[in-house]
Amino acid sequence: MDLVTQLGVLVLAAFVGFEVISKVPNTLHTPLMSGTNAIHGIVVLGGLLVMGHAVTDNDTVSKILLVIAVIFGTINVVGGFLVTDRMLGMFKRKPEPAQSEGDRS
Amino acid sequence: MTALATSFWQDENFVNSLYILAVILFIVGLRGLAGPRTAVQGNKIAAVGMAVAVVATLIGEHVIPDAETAILIAVGIAIGTAIGVPAARSVKMTAMPQMVALFNGVGGGAVALIAWSEFRGDFVGSTGAWDDKVMIASLFAAIIGSVSFWGSNIAFAKLQEILPGRPISLPGQQVINLLLLLVCIASAVAIVAGEHSQLVFIVGILAAAAILGNMVVLPIGGADMPVVISLLNAFTGLSAAAAGIALDNYALIVAGTIVGASGSILTNLMAVAMNRSVPSIIAGGFGGGGELPAGAGAGAGGGGTARSTSAQDAAIQLAYARQVVVVPGYGMAVAQAQHAVRGMAVALEKKGVEVKYAIHPVAGRMPGHMNVLLAEADVPYDQLKEMDDINPEFGRTDVSLIIGANDVTNPAANDDPGSPIYGMPILEVDKSASVIVLKRSMNSGFAGIDNPLFYDPKTAMLFGDAKASVSDITAELSNL
Repeated sequence: MDLVTQLGVLVLAAFVGFEVISKVPNTLHTPLMSGTNAIHGIVVLGGLLVMGHAVTDNDTVSKILLVIAVIFGTINVVGGFLVTDRMLGMFKRKPEPAQSEGDRS
Repeated sequence: MTALATSFWQDENFVNSLYILAVILFIVGLRGLAGPRTAVQGNKIAAVGMAVAVVATLIGEHVIPDAETAILIAVGIAIGTAIGVPAARSVKMTAMPQMVALFNGVGGGAVALIAWSEFRGDFVGSTGAWDDKVMIASLFAAIIGSVSFWGSNIAFAKLQEILPGRPISLPGQQVINLLLLLVCIASAVAIVAGEHSQLVFIVGILAAAAILGNMVVLPIGGADMPVVISLLNAFTGLSAAAAGIALDNYALIVAGTIVGASGSILTNLMAVAMNRSVPSIIAGGFGGGGELPAGAGAGAGGGGTARSTSAQDAAIQLAYARQVVVVPGYGMAVAQAQHAVRGMAVALEKKGVEVKYAIHPVAGRMPGHMNVLLAEADVPYDQLKEMDDINPEFGRTDVSLIIGANDVTNPAANDDPGSPIYGMPILEVDKSASVIVLKRSMNSGFAGIDNPLFYDPKTAMLFGDAKASVSDITAELSNL
C-alpha cells in the first residue's frame, strides 16, 4: 500500500484523536492514560503478523524476539484494559440523587 | 488471493473491514471516557475493539502457516496474560503511576523487538529489492520504541523508588543526548543507503536509542513525572503507528496515532499547568527534588516564623467552618492517607460542613493521580474540583486544608516575579479565611522553593505523617 495513503490515514487519525481526547476531563486523566496505554498494545498484532515469517525462515533468534514481543504486547493490552476497568469502577457519584445529571466535561 | 484456495474471511478486504470495526470501537470507547458515568463502558468497548483486531489478524491468510507458528503465538499470549492479569488485579492505586509506566514500556519494547525481527527477516544479507518505505518506518519504530522502553523503565524505577527520585545527571548531558540521537539517525541513514549489517542495527539503532532513553529520563525529577509519562505514552503510540506503516496495517496506524495524539495533549496540558516548556522539562535537573521524605531541613530560615497547631485546634477550626476545601498532593499518596481523608470529610459533613477537594492538574506523579486515589477512597467525583472551578471559591472558603501539597499552593507563583515558579497557575488557597497545612517538616517542596504561605499569619502548620494527622483530627472531631 502506498505511503501517501497511509500518511493521509495517519493525519486524519491524529485529528480524530485530538478531538476525542480533548473532551476528557482532568478527573479522568489517569484512566485515559492507562486506557490509551492498553490501545497502543495493539502492536501485538505486529508480532502475530511477523511470527509466520520467522518460522518459515527458521530463524531461531527472530522467533525468540517475537515471542517476547507478543508477551510484552499481551501484558500491555490485557493489563492495561483490566487496570483501567478497576480504576474506573471506583469513580462514583454522590449517593443523593438530588443533583442534575451533568457531565463533568 | 485465489478464489478457491482461501475462504472469504481470509480475504484481505474482510480482514481490513474488521480493522475498521475495531477502530470504530476504539474511538467510541475513548469518547466514553469523556464522562465518569460512561467511562467504564467506554473502556470495555475499546477492549472489544482490541479483541476484534486480534481475531481479524489471526484469521488472515498466511498469518499462521503451520503448527509451530500457532504454538509460538499461543505461548506468547498465554505468558503475557499470566503476567498482565495478576499485575493489573493486585496493583495498589498509589502505585498506579509506575504500573502505567511499566505497561507503556513493554509496549515500546514490543515495537522495537518486532522491528528487529523484521530487519533480520527482510534485510540482513539482502542485496536489493528492499522497500525504502518499510525500512524507514521500521527504523523509526525501532528507535522510538527503544527510547520508550528504556525511558519508561527508568520512570518506573524512579516511581517505585528503586532509583532516587531526584535528578541524576552527568556533566554535558545535553551534548551526550544530542550525540546519541545523531548516532541513531546516522545509523538509520547508513542502513537505508545499503549497509544491511545487523551489527549497525543493534549497536547504532537499538543500543544507542536505549542509552538515549535512559539518559533522557534519569535527570528528570519526581514531580515532573506527569509530563514524562505522558510523553513516553505519546512515543509508544507513534512507534506503533510507524510499525503499522512498515507492516501495511491500518489498525496499527490509526490506533497508534490516536494514542500519540492523546499523549501529546496530556504532555502539553501538564507542561502548561507547570508554566514550563516541554523541552525545558526534558532538559531536566529542575530543583533539588528535596521531596517529602527526609532531605535538607533548610526551609524555615526565609520569611518569618511558621505557626504550628495541634490536631485538636485544627479539628475545632474545621468543625466550625461552613466550607472546607481539601488540597491533596503527592504527600497524601506517599502516606496512603486517602481513606483517612475520606473518613475525616464524612465526619465534617455530619457536622454540616461542606467539603470540597481542589485538584491541581500536576498534583501527584501522573495526570489525574489524586482523582484516582480519592475515588478509591469512595470520594464522589462531584466533590473533586478542577483548578479553574475551585479558584473562585477560595474567597468563600473558611478553611483550606493542605495535605502533602506545596508548590501548587505557593502564592509566590502569583506575586513574586523573581520566583522560579512565577507564572505557574496555582490553587489560590491564600484567598481563603484560614489555612491548615499538614506537612512532615518545614522542608521545601520539589522545586526547592520557599513557600510564603507557611509564614502567613492565617496559616497554621500541623506537622507529622499525613495519615496520622488526619486520623487524629477525625478522632478529635468525634469528641466535639
